[in-house]
Order: sequence, then structure tokens, then C-alpha cells
Amino acid sequence: MSVSVLLFASYADAFGARRLPVPIDAPCAVHDLVSAMRALPGGHILPTEPLVAVNQVWVDGSATIGAGDEVAVIPPVAGG
Amino acid sequence: MSQQDGVVHSAIVAGPIDLGRLYERVQASGIGAVSMFVGTVRDVNEGRSVTGMDYEAYESMAAAELRAVASEVCAQMPGLRVALEHRVGTLALGEASVVIAAAHPHRGPAIEGARQIIEALKHRVPIWKREHYVDGERAWVDPTASRARASRPPVGDA
Repeated sequence: MSVSVLLFASYADAFGARRLPVPIDAPCAVHDLVSAMRALPGGHILPTEPLVAVNQVWVDGSATIGAGDEVAVIPPVAGG
Repeated sequence: MSQQDGVVHSAIVAGPIDLGRLYERVQASGIGAVSMFVGTVRDVNEGRSVTGMDYEAYESMAAAELRAVASEVCAQMPGLRVALEHRVGTLALGEASVVIAAAHPHRGPAIEGARQIIEALKHRVPIWKREHYVDGERAWVDPTASRARASRPPVGDA
């Protein structure tokens, strides 16, 4: 099983994908997903606590990701 | 024209932003002041010459967060009417990347409303920009790299 993660901007460049299958079973905690991503090629770009949105809502590392959730790991925002 | 307060228009757009149209959207008979904030592409950043900028968004979430930011400021300022757009894609120097039109019966809330919206937008709307430099290099802007402390968006319930 894997969780599909949406990536943007510098994170998409680092992982070489805009939608990345991460080898972890849902349900899982956000911080476990981030740990799994940091072990993948390109994962060095991630801080230990990157911005994460689940179903387009900002969450913290203790939030739970369920099967079918839309998950995005998000670089520092720079709008304006 | 509608006399309703609050966010009358909010959008992520792929083409040039029409400032006059945003002004028209907030103008109404009870309005005494319209404050327009326009963010534009600058030719230098941290000492490096910039020739253009790409903007990318997590479009569905960015559209929702853009509207939420404006709605929250309007909720704190009765009588405020806001229309705003943020552009994505490749922009040339001097082009508008974001425009906020904030209207109110009085100038104080109009100016303050626009200021609060742009500050909140920069912290929590998922949009990124990549600078183009004279030597052909391109790099994503990381505002947290130049801040003393990284600020994070407010966390909600998933």
C-alpha cells in the first residue's frame, strides 16, 4: 500500500514528481508520512516538520491521514 | 450593484489582472474609500537581478484560502467590501501578481483591511514563486530562509 502525496514547486523538483506514491499504509500520522518521505530519493529537501495539508486544510504532525485523503506536503509559501 | 459587504470576488487567475474591474466590483453607493494594494514583480531580490517570475499554486486550496483570508478580515471589519485576485503563470517585470481592492465607508478600515489581507495571504495561501535571473538560472523563493523565525499557517481540523 502507499499514500499518494501532492507536491509543488521546490518539493516537486526535488522528488521529480508532482504526485508521489509514498510506501506507508493509511491510516498513519502525518509525521510518519514525512519520515517515510525523508528516506526517499530527494527527501533531503524536507524539514522535519514541513507544511502539510490534508483535504486542503492545514494540519500539524500529529494529524491522521486516512485512506483516500488528499495529502499535500507543501514548501514554504511565497505568494504576493 | 450589490450593496452587500464582505468578499464580493476572489480568484486565482492565469492572465493579467484588471485593476479597474476589481475597483468596480467593490465600488458602491455607501463607499467613501477604496484602498488598492498591488503586488508587482520587482527587478531585484536580495541583491540579484531578476528578469521575471513564475507563480505556481495548489490551485483549489489556494482559491479557498485566498477567500478565507479575505473573509476573516471582513468579519473583523463591518462594512468592508473586498475583491481580490492572485495571478499564476509566468510574469514579466512590473506586472501585477496580486491585487486587493478593499472598500469601506471610511479610509481607515479600507487601508487597514487591504494591509491585513496581504499580510495573511503571504503566510497561508499555498502559492510559490520562482525567480528568473539574468544568467538564466531560476530558483524558488523561500521566505523562511530570510526570516528570523519561520512562520507557519494556522492549523485547522483535517
